[in-house]
Amino acid sequence: MPMKLAKFAFASLTILFLVAPLIAILPLAFTSSVILTYPIPSWSLRWFEELFTADAWRRAIFNSLIIGTGTTLLATVLGTAASLGLRNRLLFFCGSIRTLFLLPMVVPAVVLGVGMQVLLAGFGLTNSYAGVIIAHTVVAVPFVVVSVIGALAGIDERVELAAQSLGASPATVFRRVTLPLAMPGVLSGAVLAFATSLDEVVLTLFVAGPNQRTLARQMFSSIRENISPAIAAAAFLFIVATILIGLAVVLFRSMLAKRR
Amino acid sequence: MSAVSSRTGRSLVLLAPLLLFLIGFFVWPLFSMMSQAVSDPAVLRLLPRSAEVLTDWDRKSPPTMPMQTALMEDLKAVDDDQALGDMVRRLNSARSGFRTLMSKTMSALEDTANPPADLVSIDKRWEKPEFWLAIADALSPLTDRNLLAAVDLGRNAAGDIEHLPADRSVNRVILVRTFWIAALVTFACAAIGFPYAMIAASLTGWKRDLMLAAVLLPLWTSLLVRTAAWFILLQEKGLINDLLQTLALIDAPLPLIFNRTGVIIAMTHVLLPFMVLPIYSVLITIPKNLMPAAASLGAPPWRAFLRVLLPLSLRGVASGSLLVFISAIGYYITPALIGGPGDQMISSIIAFYATGSANWGMAGALGVVLLIATLLLYSVYARLSTDEPGRR
Repeated sequence: MPMKLAKFAFASLTILFLVAPLIAILPLAFTSSVILTYPIPSWSLRWFEELFTADAWRRAIFNSLIIGTGTTLLATVLGTAASLGLRNRLLFFCGSIRTLFLLPMVVPAVVLGVGMQVLLAGFGLTNSYAGVIIAHTVVAVPFVVVSVIGALAGIDERVELAAQSLGASPATVFRRVTLPLAMPGVLSGAVLAFATSLDEVVLTLFVAGPNQRTLARQMFSSIRENISPAIAAAAFLFIVATILIGLAVVLFRSMLAKRR
Repeated sequence: MSAVSSRTGRSLVLLAPLLLFLIGFFVWPLFSMMSQAVSDPAVLRLLPRSAEVLTDWDRKSPPTMPMQTALMEDLKAVDDDQALGDMVRRLNSARSGFRTLMSKTMSALEDTANPPADLVSIDKRWEKPEFWLAIADALSPLTDRNLLAAVDLGRNAAGDIEHLPADRSVNRVILVRTFWIAALVTFACAAIGFPYAMIAASLTGWKRDLMLAAVLLPLWTSLLVRTAAWFILLQEKGLINDLLQTLALIDAPLPLIFNRTGVIIAMTHVLLPFMVLPIYSVLITIPKNLMPAAASLGAPPWRAFLRVLLPLSLRGVASGSLLVFISAIGYYITPALIGGPGDQMISSIIAFYATGSANWGMAGALGVVLLIATLLLYSVYARLSTDEPGRR
């Protein structure tokens, strides 16, 4: 069975290529050395300490949390409302509006960044948290829209009609029937919006000032200027956060699947 | 009827906030970037009086007295030497001889003891309409100069479009390099992704789950973490060089970082999931009994693959390739961190013009080129993924 062996070897090597880099960076977070190479001389938590005590890193983590939270709230509210509006197929321009909502995922970040900087400078919003949150929301909103539209598509409209025929007002139908059914989609959209904001670098480079340096932005300049194992410690936090976020989305999706 | 219209009204109210938000902070920024590319009010700002008078000029006859007076007034009022220098450079490239003419004129105007009556008395060249034509053209707030320069074209003295001299032709090299790197990455992703998706689609149970998880995990991981990981692996004393040296396959460390090799490897890793997933989603819809059917009709495996499986899965390969290519041409972070100076793509140049040298016109013009390329490719992709024959 040489064919089967070749397939096995190819699949294993590709899995190694995909996953090994992510695993290789993790142990370096616990090195006691100042350089990012193997072998690790001895284990220590000094780089995590650095991350939480060094001013630049601590502020970056703080900024990422503020901006991520702001982006999540704004993107989730705007995206969920718009997805609900898109349910009405009577609107003839639905298709083009949907395309517009998804386009921020396609347009290269640098192009958007240049325009954003010109525009926000006109509003006096560069070097402000509001500016960064607005920029991140633009690129995070498509994830909310995709996720919520998916959840809404799975709702049986007869359930809502039943509630209506039993005398519920449109507001009550929305609050008691539609929203709870769409909730898993809204929550996974919110999580994706937070993840997008956390990982955003290019727009941040253009619109953020030194006081809005996010964790991702700090990692970018630290890889560029003086790479240290603090990068590996930050990457460790990112990977742990990724796994938690992934688990959360899987949980919300299975909630959605159970409802059906 | 009223129920329908109230429902439509409610939908509009729900849609409006995001619509307005995206028009204000997505569409408008793109437009202001494009208008940066074509707007050039610098000369207009310096010569407001001349602009007013020159609108009445027929562009052929010799300059009138009011034109000369207005230009003299404007030139006397200029207090920004930098802007004046820029204007003279621009006028000189449109009409050679402007530099000497301007410096002669400026020094004559500064001579307050003996003020000149008109411009022609300073220099006879001011009688020629060609010089005034150059000023009239430069006064227009719209210019295609940046857009042409973005693809290494320019206008000569006669106003015809021609190639810029080789020493000013940098953008075309970068555009070609951008598309070349994107093509190499797309090819590498297809070469790895297609067989990988085929193997995954042919498996069942935990083996398939494992193969899909191996694709999804990097997709979910932060781009910066993945780039940092490749930085660590590829560096001179990194794991790859260590391993190769321990195995005695190489004597000296291979140069893997800050060059093209590293950029291609890291970008292939980052974009491979975008190739595997579309191909996989097409492959699992192909009925499993087609290949045995081809075999029972006497086709050897390679022929069954070429004539049955490959044509059926081509749409997945095409959408995966477009997705990878579209993402790759806009890449900034990976080339910036893993590449050398010779591996910077169009995004890096746009960022350089915008943040490094504050040349918004060129940043906008190159941005327009990248935006148009992306949107064209995306429209092909969107058509490909909605026109699914026999489905939807």
